[in-house]
Formats: sequence, structure tokens, C-alpha cells
Amino acid sequence: MLKIENLHVSYGGIRALRGISLEVPDGKIVTLIGANGAGKSTMLRTITGLVKAESGSIRWNDHELLGQPTDRIIGTGIAMCPEGRRVFADLTVLENLKIGAYLRKDRAGIQEDLQSVYDLFPRLKERVWQMAGTLSGGEQQMLTVGRALMSRPQLLLLDEPSLGLAPLVVQDIFSIIKKINKQGTTLLLIEQNANMALRTADLAYVLETGNITMFGTGADLLADEKVKEAYLGKHKN
Amino acid sequence: MSDNVLKVENVTMQFGGVVAVDNVNLEVNAGEIVSLIGPNGAGKTTAFNVITGVYPPTNGVVYFEGKKIVENYPRGKMKKLYKSENSGAYTHAIEPTPDKITRMGVARTFQNIRLWSSQTVFENILIAKHCRVTAGLLSATFRMNKLEERRQREECDELLGILELDGVRNELATSLPYGQQRRVEIARALATQPKLLLLDEPAAGMNPQETQELTAFISRIRTDFRLTVFIIEHHMALVMDISDRIYVLDFGKLIASDTPAKVQNDQRVVDAYLGVSEDA
Repeated sequence: MLKIENLHVSYGGIRALRGISLEVPDGKIVTLIGANGAGKSTMLRTITGLVKAESGSIRWNDHELLGQPTDRIIGTGIAMCPEGRRVFADLTVLENLKIGAYLRKDRAGIQEDLQSVYDLFPRLKERVWQMAGTLSGGEQQMLTVGRALMSRPQLLLLDEPSLGLAPLVVQDIFSIIKKINKQGTTLLLIEQNANMALRTADLAYVLETGNITMFGTGADLLADEKVKEAYLGKHKN
Repeated sequence: MSDNVLKVENVTMQFGGVVAVDNVNLEVNAGEIVSLIGPNGAGKTTAFNVITGVYPPTNGVVYFEGKKIVENYPRGKMKKLYKSENSGAYTHAIEPTPDKITRMGVARTFQNIRLWSSQTVFENILIAKHCRVTAGLLSATFRMNKLEERRQREECDELLGILELDGVRNELATSLPYGQQRRVEIARALATQPKLLLLDEPAAGMNPQETQELTAFISRIRTDFRLTVFIIEHHMALVMDISDRIYVLDFGKLIASDTPAKVQNDQRVVDAYLGVSEDA
């Protein structure tokens, strides 16, 4: 279980997170929704140690993550799929995927997971030897998700997995998320497609300018008028 | 003479043996908002890259305001490798660099955001103004360009206001949230004073509410800046709302071209791209 308490993060003078507390129970899908600039990505980046917190605590299976270097944090079974396709452009698709499994020693398991990533994204299999930088945007996004899965994480942090994917693939991504979850991975999901995210998630938090303003099951928030208005997009006509 | 601002004629883009864009023909008329949709890897961004001179096509012609701006035909190794149609149709090569095409009045944003990371939001936009500088060496030496400089700065600030970016004017561009960086890219594109604006996934990283605002915004700038807009986008809420017409690309080929209502119900498009309807 990931337990965050009273987390404060600032960039220079700007307070990005203002005393956030949230829990991600084992085996659940938890989603964090909120407008651009609410602090969602900062949240994930703080968990993985890419951003330093001012105060608070992030406990993961009784380890304190705060103050730990990123490589150590990843070693405890956490993986992140960053926003905006951060692939290694000059490495092949296969090399990118293998980097995801860098800390693993179980060769057989790695092969198995490679196979399951190919099953999830057949397009990647067609392009194993291609430089990642020459993939289309959507394919790079698939690669980012695949690479995160290659570490076979206990906790997977997804920062907008559906970014730039075609509608058909977006539907796939969410069924993949459910599938990964069924296989025992806990997920913390950030998604602009709030509609799909809330339908997929067990629990959801709404983040507004660095504060958590709402919390409930995915279904609860999906039905909430305020959420509808702010994040699901009302149809004007 | 038709009033198309952009005309793409028999354009093929082949990388080695891979045909990314396969003999595509399309037109965008003055004042229209036209969308280009299709599965990931269909060749949409490649089409934009050909139009903006990032790379010359393998074959075909691009017209802007009736003038031929890009032309090519299979040459060298490509003579043998070429797999698409109309290989004998063209005999000239016109390959302007992207900056020349920008100066003609074509601006774009990028799918993978391309902002200068060590520059502020304001500076990122100001750089775009550079292509409209009229001052030469002489006038610059004697500081006779001060007026122009001031005017450009004012115009940039005005754009910041229009895009509601004035609050982050002096922030480093890449420190902004993803969705806001996309707005900076639009502002930068507008700063080049384009007639044709190409937007590559402008709504990526925006939630449905923000997407709606962006939709309204694009309609507004079309009128205010008298623009013609060509958009690649996966958010159907935006595409269906805003487009006068839609082109659908799959495996490099156009598979449909019609009004939003008709494209939405085209079985091939549903199969290749839309899937079951998503009410986002």
C-alpha cells in the first residue's frame, strides 16, 4: 500500500502541492483527476523522487520513499510511465523495452513479459529493430507504457497513458490497465480522459491547485455534478 | 481558380521500403477548418512534415495559395525502390526549407512539444517573430529598428493575453504543465502571422473541459486572425465539433473524406479508427 501524508512540494516560490494525503491500497486502481497545473504530474514525480518534497511522508510497504534516490525507489517495485513519450530516441524499440527490465535478473520472466508487451501492442513487435525516435507519436506512447510494464512493477504510476492515441487504442489501453490490475499490479493513474479514468478506477481523487478537494469511488465521482461540470465537459447544446 | 489555400497532389512519402504517405490528395479551402484523423502510425504527422518542408516528399506536389511550393519525384535509389503511384508525373524538384515555408505563411505546432526549454514563454514567442523582421544590417547597426522591436514585443504580449498565458509570461516554457505548453506552441505559431495554421494534436494533455475551451478558441482565432486551419487530433469531441470537413488516413492512404456526420458513420472509419463510440 502506498500512503502519502501531508505532502508539500514547491517549485521556487510556487506551491504545487499543499498538504496532500492519499492512499493507494494494494490491488486497486486509483486515479487522480484535475485540470492542467493542478499538480498531478508533480505528485507522481515526487513519488519517484524526481522532485524533492519540502515535507510530508510517502510510505510504500513500510519503506519511507521521501529522500531516497530514484533508482532506489524503482528498485522497490515501482515503475512510472512518464507523460509525453520520453523514449530513448536513438535506441531500438527492443532496447527501450529492455531498459524497463534493467533491474531484473530473471531472464525467463523478462522474455515472458516481452512477449506479453508484444501481445498488448502488436505494432511494437513489428518494429522491434526500429529506432524509437522514428516511431509515430502514438507508437512512442505505446512504447512508454510497454517499457514501464517491463519492470513487472507492484505499483505502476501512469501519467496520461492515452495521450495521443487513436480512439480505438484508447479503449484498448483502458482494458489493458484493467488486465494489468487483475494480474496483481496496483495502479495510480493520471488521465485527462476523466470519463474513462473514473470508469476504470476503484477509487478517485480530485486535485485542484495542489489540494485534494474530492474523494470517492470512481462511480461516485462519475455521477457527481461538480465533477461533471469541471472535468467531464458539459455539452453546451 | 479555386480558392484552396492548401492543395496536396499525389504526395507520397517513402522511407526506405516503408510507404508512410501513399499517393495522398487533399485540399483545404480558405477559411475552412479541416481535420486529418486516423490510427497511430497512419502517416498524419508525416503529411504535416511534408507540407511544412521538414522533409521533401518522395513524389508529388504541394500548392499553397495556388503556388507550387514543394515538388519532387523519385530520384536516385528511390527510382528502383518506389512503390506508389504516379511515378512519372513530375520531373522537377522544389525543396524549400521549413523557415521559407513559414515565411510564406504556413505555421504549425508539434505533436511532441518543441519549445526552447531554457527560454521563457515570452522569449519562445518572440523568437517566432524573427521571421517577420524587416530591419537589415544597416538599420540594426544604427538602432533604427527600435520601433520595430518594441512593436514585436507588444504583439507578443498581446498574443499572451489572447491565449491567457500572461500569468506565466516569464516562466521557463518547459516548466509549465503539458496542456499549457501546447498553448504556448499555438501562440508561437500565431506569432509568425500565418495564413494557414497546422495543429498537430492540439488537445493532447487537456481534459474534456479544457478541450472544449480549446475548441472555442480555435474557432475564434480562425475568425479573428482570418486563418485557415488544418488539424490532426484524436479527441473526437473536438474534431466533430469544429471541422468543416474531415480526411481519414489509414496505412498512408486516404480512406474517407467527408463531413463530420458522414465520417462518423462510415463503417471503414469506425473499423479502422473510432471503434465503439466514446462519449468524452
